[in-house]
Amino acid sequence: MNRDRAAAIVTSGAAAGATGDVRLDVRGLRIRAGETGPDVVSDVCFAVRAGEVFGLVGESGSGKTTVALALLGHTRRGLSVSSGEVLLDGVDLLRLPADDLRAVRGARASYVPQDPSAALNPALRVGTQLRETLRVHAGAVDDPDRRISEVMREAYLDATPAMLRRYPHQLSGGQQQRVALAMAFVCRPSLIVLDEPTTGLDVSTQRHVLETVRSLCRAYGVAAVYVSHDLAVVSELAAQVGVMYAGRIVEIGAAAAVFPAPLHPYTRGLLAAVPAAERAEQLSGIDGQQPPPGHRGAGCSFAPRCGLVLGKCRTQVPEPVFVTGRAVRCLRVTESQAARPGRPPLPAPAAAPAGPLALSLRAVSAGYGPVPVLAGIELTVPPQSCVAVVGESGSGKTTLARCITGLQHKGTGEMTFQGAPLAWGARRRPQQVLRRIQYVFQNPYTSLNPRKTIGQIVSQPLEHFLDLSRDERYARVVRVLNDVSLGSGFLSRYPDQLSGGERQRVAIARALAVEPDLLVCDEVTSALDVSVQAIIVELLRAIQRDRSLAMIFITHNLPLVRSIAQTAVVLQDGRVVEAGPVEQILERPASPYTARLIADVPRLATAH
Amino acid sequence: MAHTAPGANAPAKPKAERIRRHQWLAVLGTAARTPRGATGLGLALVVVLIAALGPLAAPHSPDALVTLTFGKPSGQFPLGGDELGRDVLSRVLNGGWLLLLMALAATAIGIGAGTAAGVSAAYLRGRTDGVIMRTVDVVLAFPQLVFALLLLSIIGPKLWLIVLAVGITHAPAVARVIRSATLDISERDYVKVAELQGMRPAKVMAKEIMPSLSTPLMVEAGLRLTYSIIIIAGLAFLGFGQAPPAPSWGTMINENRVGLPLNPWAVIVPAALIALLTIGTNTFTDAIGRVAIGVDRKPEEAALVDDLGLAGGRAS
Repeated sequence: MNRDRAAAIVTSGAAAGATGDVRLDVRGLRIRAGETGPDVVSDVCFAVRAGEVFGLVGESGSGKTTVALALLGHTRRGLSVSSGEVLLDGVDLLRLPADDLRAVRGARASYVPQDPSAALNPALRVGTQLRETLRVHAGAVDDPDRRISEVMREAYLDATPAMLRRYPHQLSGGQQQRVALAMAFVCRPSLIVLDEPTTGLDVSTQRHVLETVRSLCRAYGVAAVYVSHDLAVVSELAAQVGVMYAGRIVEIGAAAAVFPAPLHPYTRGLLAAVPAAERAEQLSGIDGQQPPPGHRGAGCSFAPRCGLVLGKCRTQVPEPVFVTGRAVRCLRVTESQAARPGRPPLPAPAAAPAGPLALSLRAVSAGYGPVPVLAGIELTVPPQSCVAVVGESGSGKTTLARCITGLQHKGTGEMTFQGAPLAWGARRRPQQVLRRIQYVFQNPYTSLNPRKTIGQIVSQPLEHFLDLSRDERYARVVRVLNDVSLGSGFLSRYPDQLSGGERQRVAIARALAVEPDLLVCDEVTSALDVSVQAIIVELLRAIQRDRSLAMIFITHNLPLVRSIAQTAVVLQDGRVVEAGPVEQILERPASPYTARLIADVPRLATAH
Repeated sequence: MAHTAPGANAPAKPKAERIRRHQWLAVLGTAARTPRGATGLGLALVVVLIAALGPLAAPHSPDALVTLTFGKPSGQFPLGGDELGRDVLSRVLNGGWLLLLMALAATAIGIGAGTAAGVSAAYLRGRTDGVIMRTVDVVLAFPQLVFALLLLSIIGPKLWLIVLAVGITHAPAVARVIRSATLDISERDYVKVAELQGMRPAKVMAKEIMPSLSTPLMVEAGLRLTYSIIIIAGLAFLGFGQAPPAPSWGTMINENRVGLPLNPWAVIVPAALIALLTIGTNTFTDAIGRVAIGVDRKPEEAALVDDLGLAGGRAS
C-alpha cells in the first residue's frame, strides 16, 4: 500500500548519514471527533530514526498538536483514534492497556509542551519536579540524584542545590524551558515530542534552547518529533520534515530537499510567505483559509486555495506521489516541479518627500508607577514613510506605541506631531489629532467588539469623528472594506465568523476609515499564521504607499522589517540602541546587541 | 490580494441574523431547549399562567364569605374554605399576580442599580470604585430580610417601599458580579479603540461594555427574581404586604396555618405555588448559566471548538 511505501521512502531517504534504526513508526493514523464525527487527522504516516529530529510543520488548525499528543497515546477529550498505529520500538502505543501506557509515558516517550510557565507546577521546586518523574518511574535510573545533576548539566542548567531549590517563577523563560527539557530527558526516553517549545521565547533564548534540544537529541539517540509553525526553526533543526495541511501530511521528505525546493503548492506558498532578513522582497501569502474538520471537501483540501487547481483536484483525494525521495500529496506534482518563481524584490523607496516630520519624540520616558519602561527615547518619523520599531519582549515597544497613541497618560519628554506638540493621554488631545493618529492592535481577537457587525465596527469611528450623512458613511465603509480586500459582503457579519487574517483586515479598515496621517501597527501579525502575515504585510505596504501614510510598524520579527519599513529603531530595555535605514541595520549593525539579534534569527535553508 | 475572500458568498439568513444581533435571545433559546431549562421554564410558566389568568377564572369573589370556616373541599369549593369562610380556590387564583409584579419590579430595580454601580466601579476605577464598593460592603452587611424589615418599620408597610427595599438590597450583590465581569471586558482592545476616539466614559460603558454583559446579567436576573419572590412572599407571611382582605399567597399561608388540621389545602396550595415558581425560575437560570459557559457541550463539539478557535456563535 501507499502508506507502507511512504514510510519506506522516509526511511530510505534518511539512509545517508542515518544514526540508527527506526524507533518511531506512525502508520495510517486517523483521528476523528467523537465516534462518528469528521476526521481531524487523516492518514498520517511517518517514521523517525534514533538520533534524528523529525519536524512536523503546519499552521494553526492543521492538526499537528493532535498528532503530537497521539504519539504518546493521548487524544484530547472528544477525539478518538479511529485507525492507525504508533509503533515505538515495535510496540503499538495506541493498543497498550492504560497501565502499560502510563509506564511508557514520561519514561520511554516524553512530551515537552509549548508554554513552560504553564507546564511547570508553580508551587513545586524545580528539584521536586525533576525527582517526581523518577519517583513515578522507579528503577528507570540507578542513582536519581546523580541522574538529575547529570541531566541538568546536559540541559545547560547549573546543577547546583540552589538551582534545584528554586521555584519556576524564579527562572527566566529560557531556563524554564530547559527545566522542561531536562524533565523530558531525565528517564532517557526513546521518543521525545516537542510541541512548539520555543514559541513565545525571544530569538536569542530560542537559539539557546534549540541548541540544547539538538545536543540532547544527539547525545541520547532519541527519536524526536518537533512540532512547530515556524519553518525557519524546523529547517535549522530537523533532518526530515512533514508539512501538515487540514489534517494530512501533504509533503514529507528530507528537510535539506524540501525547504530549498518545495513540491506541494501549499509548501511552496508557505515558504514564499516567510520573510528573509537578507533580501528586501515582496512576500506572497496564500489567500483563503484552512478548512476546519468537516468542511474539508471531497477532494484535495488545498484545492480552493491552490493556483494550479484542476477539476479532478476537487473530487479526488490525492494519494502520496513519490518524487526524488519524498512523498507529496498532489495530483500535479510532476508537472509543477519546474515552476518556482522567485519573489520579486521590493522597489527602491522613493526619495523621502520634503515637509514637516510626521512625528518626532525627544527624550521620552515613561513607566508604570515607579518602574521606568522607556528611558530617553528619540524617534523621528518622516512623512509618508514607514519606521519599524524592533525589540525583544520587555524592551518597551508596546509602551512606546501607547505613548504615541495616547493610551499612556503619564510620561516626560517632548512629542511633536506634524509640527505641533502632542499632549500626553488621549483625553488631552483634540479630536482632529485623535483622528489623525490611528492604532492597529496586536490581537485581532480582542480588538473587535464581538457583539457588533463588521459594518458597525468600521462605521463607528466615522460617526464619532466625521459629520457625514448616512449614505456617505455607508459608501466610505464599503470603500475601505474594498481597500482591505474584504468587500461589502462582510458588512453584516460578526467578528467570530471571520478568520484571524480577516479580523485584522477589519481592524485596519477601521483605522483607515477616518483617513489618518499616522498609522501605528503594534505586532499586527504576531497572532497570525505566516501565510496570512504575508498578506497583511503586503496590504499594509500597499496602503502606506497609496495613501501616503506615515506608519510605525512595531515587531519582534527582524526579517519582517525588511519587507515593510525604510528605517528602523532597535529598542533594548527601554532605550534606543540603534536607528537608521533598514538595510544598514540588518546588514551592518553598529551595536553588538543588534548584531546578536540578527545572528540569532533562525534561517530557512534555501537554494539561493 | 484576496479579492475573493472565502465564505463571502454566504450571507446569514434574516432569522439567524436577528438572533446573532441579540445574542441573549440565542442563549435563552438554547437554554430552553435543554432538558433542565425546559423543566424550569415549564414549571415557572404554569405558575405564571395561574397568577396572570387566575383573576379571570376565579369562580367566586376572593373576599366574599361563601362557605364554612376551614370548610372541607367540595364540588362547589374544590379547595374548601379559609379562616373566614372565603373560597380558597378563588383566593389562590387572585393572590399571585401582585406577587409576580412586585418581584419583577424589585428585580428590575436591583439589576438596574447593581449594573450601573458595578460597571462604573470597574470601568472608572480609582475613587469611584472605592466609594461604590465600600457602600456595597456596608449594605451587604445587613441580611436582606432584616434590612427590608428595618425600612418597613421606619416608614410603614407600603407596597412601593417593599419593592424598593428588596430592589436596593439586591443591588450590592449584582454590583459585585457585574464589576468582576466588567474588569475583564474593560481591558479588551476594542474598549481602548473607543477610548482613543475620545469617546465619553458613559458612552464607552453603554456601547462597548454593556453588550458583552448580557450573559452574566441574564443569570443574575434569574437569580434575583427567585430571591425577590421568596423575600416578598416572606414579607407577606410576616404581615408586610397587601392590607388584610386582599388575597396573597404569602399572607394566606400565615392566615390559614391555624386551620391546617381542618383544611390543609388553604396552606399547601399557596405554599406549593411559591415553591414551584422559585424552583422553576432557579432551574431555568441554572440552564442559562450552563449554556453560557458551555458545560453541557458534547465533548466532540468542545474538542473542535477548542482546537480551531471556532466561537460558540458558529455552533448555533
